Amino acid sequence: MLKTFTRGGIHPPEEKLSAHTSIQSLPLPAIAIIPVAQHLGAPAKIEINKGDVVKTGQLIARGDGFVSANVHASVSGKVVKIEDVTDVSGYRKPAVIIEVSGDDWLESIIRNEYLDSEIKLTGEEILARITESGIVGLGGATFPSQVKMTIPRGKKVDCLVINGVECEPYLTADHRLMIEKGAEILVGIELLKRAMNVNVAHIGIENNKPDAIRLMHNLVMSHKGIEVHALKIKYPQGAEKQLIKAILNREVPSGGLPVDVGVVAFNVGTVFAIYEAIQKNKPLFERIVTVTGKSLRQPANYKVRIGTPVSLLIQCAGGLPDNTGKIICGGPMMGKTLINADVPIVKGSSGILIIPSGESNRKPVQPCVRCAKCVSVCPMGLEPYLLMPLSEQKIYDRLETEHVMDCMECGSCSYICPANRPLLDFIRLGKLQVGKIIRSRK
Amino acid sequence: MSNLLTVSPSPHVGTTQSVNKLMYGVVLSLVPAFLVSVYFFGAGALIVTLISIASCVVFESAIQRFILKSEVRISDGSAIVTGLLLAFNLPSNIPWWMIVIGALFAIGVGKMTYGGLGNNPFNPALVGRVFLLISFPVQMTSWPLPMVSRLQYTDATTGATPLGVLKEAVRNGETVTEVMKQLPDHMQLFLGQMGGSLGEVSAAALLLGFLWLLYKKIITWHIPVFIVTTVFVFTGILWMIDPSKNASPAFHILTGGVLLGAIYMATDLVTSPMTIPGMILFAIGIGVITVVIRVFGAYPEGVSFAILIMNAFVPLINKYLKPSRFGKEVKYV
Repeated sequence: MLKTFTRGGIHPPEEKLSAHTSIQSLPLPAIAIIPVAQHLGAPAKIEINKGDVVKTGQLIARGDGFVSANVHASVSGKVVKIEDVTDVSGYRKPAVIIEVSGDDWLESIIRNEYLDSEIKLTGEEILARITESGIVGLGGATFPSQVKMTIPRGKKVDCLVINGVECEPYLTADHRLMIEKGAEILVGIELLKRAMNVNVAHIGIENNKPDAIRLMHNLVMSHKGIEVHALKIKYPQGAEKQLIKAILNREVPSGGLPVDVGVVAFNVGTVFAIYEAIQKNKPLFERIVTVTGKSLRQPANYKVRIGTPVSLLIQCAGGLPDNTGKIICGGPMMGKTLINADVPIVKGSSGILIIPSGESNRKPVQPCVRCAKCVSVCPMGLEPYLLMPLSEQKIYDRLETEHVMDCMECGSCSYICPANRPLLDFIRLGKLQVGKIIRSRK
Repeated sequence: MSNLLTVSPSPHVGTTQSVNKLMYGVVLSLVPAFLVSVYFFGAGALIVTLISIASCVVFESAIQRFILKSEVRISDGSAIVTGLLLAFNLPSNIPWWMIVIGALFAIGVGKMTYGGLGNNPFNPALVGRVFLLISFPVQMTSWPLPMVSRLQYTDATTGATPLGVLKEAVRNGETVTEVMKQLPDHMQLFLGQMGGSLGEVSAAALLLGFLWLLYKKIITWHIPVFIVTTVFVFTGILWMIDPSKNASPAFHILTGGVLLGAIYMATDLVTSPMTIPGMILFAIGIGVITVVIRVFGAYPEGVSFAILIMNAFVPLINKYLKPSRFGKEVKYV
């Protein structure tokens, strides 16, 4: 029996079109647009001026406050503008715009692909380097890694969970990274183990990636305290709480964090970025992005510099199909729709998904027939059929007692609803209002 | 870019299931029981079913159009399901105008007064059936005999149902073992060769429909299995206490409306609980009330009443039997 989480979950068609396409380096853009708020928390403070010439890897904005992250130049060239641009979220946020010339890297970065498995730094030095390199969670939450690694007083962490689940349909960036950089990921895990003073790490991979499971299995033989778990295919297993439940059968308490059950979780992409930051002295300025969609000519996995416009990725994958109805940044379950293709790739962008116009509109809404499917698929054990009308009718106190804040917005309820009811839309709205009420009490 | 893009919140994909598919899936699963019914009861079964479906559809669309002045949503198939299930709960010789009244009450009072599909607390088909049973007790309890007068409609030869014979016999002080000799054997009961409502007789056909509903994931197994198990255990205990006064559990399950009720009426999505524990409690309640009415009550059959009574408890069940929440009371040390 393969492990999985116990409550709810769905099985959307996997559609991993680019699973067997090797990672290619995307050509440099002519102009890179680098937002300084790519992470959860306070935007970084810009430390350069218009007209400055920057090198690839140079710090351009410094993390401002405890929960924040540094931002580095992903290209070399001249800063032509510092202004607000529309980012993936649809909001306008400050960004540094660099006109690219050549590809002149900082000399301190080691530019080779050799596997460096010798750990020279101490735990504190590793943590400092991670902070310096602007590493954030690359699974999509973009939570600054150094904050995650700082364990609150009174808590104890006894193991790491490494997330190679990639349960979103279509996306294959983490899958390809494990296949092509598996050994590097394991060195990254060793670095994390040292920095956090933990001896055990568990890697979770869904069973639709048998090649990655086999490879990681073979690789961990030479590492002590690292275990690979093949997991049953079920969305949203890549969610931190569900993954920890699946591998360790520990349940993060409502409103709590993994650290409350002695766990800290990292995505494989983040672990690879940590490897590069420590062993190659390379700040986080590029990442793997899947460009995919059934109508796209060549679905692919690219190594992309942060700040590259989405349009360049689509162009390299065969161009935007004529019948495109929707461009999604991320996967089909939790991704955000883009209002145009000029939006830049940021640290949290795991994929670009093209949906044809025939499939991009929602189906007409019908009355709720109380089929209870939303209740049975909710991984948090909530009752979406009840939360939606409460939110519609603005009954916020009741929404709070029905634990609307436990919702992680995985979208399983909206996915499964045979009446096409916009359950998650209203639950999000309710969460927003209830969140405001909770904060106003403090 | 020349073409406009759609912008909407996630998720961007959805199930291929729809309310219409759920409803037509139920209709399809009722086909075997319908065919068996036409085989045993002939023209009457066909006429009653068609009149019932047509009346439900006409009344629902008329109410939506002329009284509620809302969009006519007949194509969702829910009125067809109500019509079909109402017919399945009627004897095949019932006069046509009674069916029309039953359909009007089922759709009008049972469903549309509450706001239509999804809002009714009681199963509309059962509301219609019970209304007819109280209004026209004679016509609602005269049952055509199977395979006897298949070309007749209202003038078909009638007789009592096995449950009716049993009730009468127990009242007259005869022993159950004596009565059983006059009644069809278990195989005949399983195939449906007995008097009764036109859709309830054949256990075989209903079980076939049940498998289809499970395969299509339209319902879960919990409600039917727990109703049947409860009836089996409860009647089994009574039977073991005194087999001369009580029929066997197998007899109770194969006769009357237990299977039709358990598989189709109690599992009605709208009027059943939202969680698995809730469904189990609901099903046990139906099983117990059914047996209490059959064995201790005045009516020979009690499935309809049992389901309607438990329907009334559904809001309460939903309030107290909530799904188990992730991270609710877990303490990790």
